[in-house]
Amino acid sequence: MLLLDFNSETPLYLQLASAIEDNILRGVFEEETQVPSTTEISVNFKINPATAGKGVNLLVDDGILYKKRGVGMFVCTGAKEKIMEKRRDVFYENFIRTLLEEAKKLNISKNEIITMIERGI
Amino acid sequence: MGLIEFRQVTKEYGPVKALDNASLVLEPLKIYGLLGRNGAGKTTMLNILTNKIFPTSGEILFNNESVIENDRVQSQMFYMTEMKLYPSGMRISQVFRWTREFYPQFDMEYAQALAHKFALNLRKQVKTLSTGYSSIMKLILAMASNAPVIIFDEPVLGLDANHRDLFYHELMARYNEHPQTIIISTHLIDEIADVLEEAIIIKDGRLVLHQPVEQLLQSAYTVSGADAKVDQFIKNRKVIHQETLGRLKSAAVYEQLNSQIRRDAEALGLDISGAPLQKLFIYLTN
Repeated sequence: MLLLDFNSETPLYLQLASAIEDNILRGVFEEETQVPSTTEISVNFKINPATAGKGVNLLVDDGILYKKRGVGMFVCTGAKEKIMEKRRDVFYENFIRTLLEEAKKLNISKNEIITMIERGI
Repeated sequence: MGLIEFRQVTKEYGPVKALDNASLVLEPLKIYGLLGRNGAGKTTMLNILTNKIFPTSGEILFNNESVIENDRVQSQMFYMTEMKLYPSGMRISQVFRWTREFYPQFDMEYAQALAHKFALNLRKQVKTLSTGYSSIMKLILAMASNAPVIIFDEPVLGLDANHRDLFYHELMARYNEHPQTIIISTHLIDEIADVLEEAIIIKDGRLVLHQPVEQLLQSAYTVSGADAKVDQFIKNRKVIHQETLGRLKSAAVYEQLNSQIRRDAEALGLDISGAPLQKLFIYLTN
């Protein structure tokens, strides 16, 4: 479900937030449905609840999750769209730039890249 | 507001300062890691806190009361030590009952449930336990004590990977349901880091650092690539550790990672990866 890479240089709470986002995008957590609680996350991954809470609260601040008092955390309506928008902004930076750098190292031409992208689509 | 406070505490053994002017404030309901090499002063600190030994000078307060010769305060803390405190002929079930005499809040049902999960046979005598199971028994006593403060000294000593995993899992389950102030003294920092909220690093009796683990983890990174490029990058930087493999080099840098550093590394064709925690720890305690 939520997979965290404990050796990555990214802080754990950020990884947690992005893992929850991934699962919202994939439709594992649908809008207006409940996501695992900080307690469940903390126990499952054996991480301090303060860390789990920090990750979840980040998504609350971003308007992705909201808290129903006494019930738990839920996915906001429009969360999926919001995440997509946010990720599109960094898509070029995170993926295209790396792709072009790697292509340069391998001497892959612009046309070859385009052909590959078309094949992938 | 501090629950436990060390105020300029020194412990001398002849000319040796086992603890040297240590000041520290611990807040309630957090999980602290007390980290340091063997002989750094971790156990001295805990022994002073739990009134096993007296400080040479300084004050140690629990809720603003001195901990020295203070039974009321001492009953608020459960200290799981490496030492063998229990009569060797005693059965584990008797140890459980005995502990309940001293800690009336002791949760017998929970202790039995944990014993079942760890496959600890309650009819066994203490003297027949392996190192691992001796640790497990003491872990269970500590976790079920229900004392407001639980102190673990090298809790996973001799435990196999499955049991260590089970311990961290049960500790988190209990803590979430039932928050307590927890102090874990260990030199195995990598494994414990994620369950801690704050790290206290001690070296030669002195406090080196006290900060949130999240912050500690971000205080270093590793850079790797062609040796000449790495050398160029690490010039004027605080290097904790370096390794070379042919023309390949990696270096751990003690500095908080930011986007400018990432760009600098990228411009040189270098890769950035996470903080090598154990290396960072060795650096800070060497």
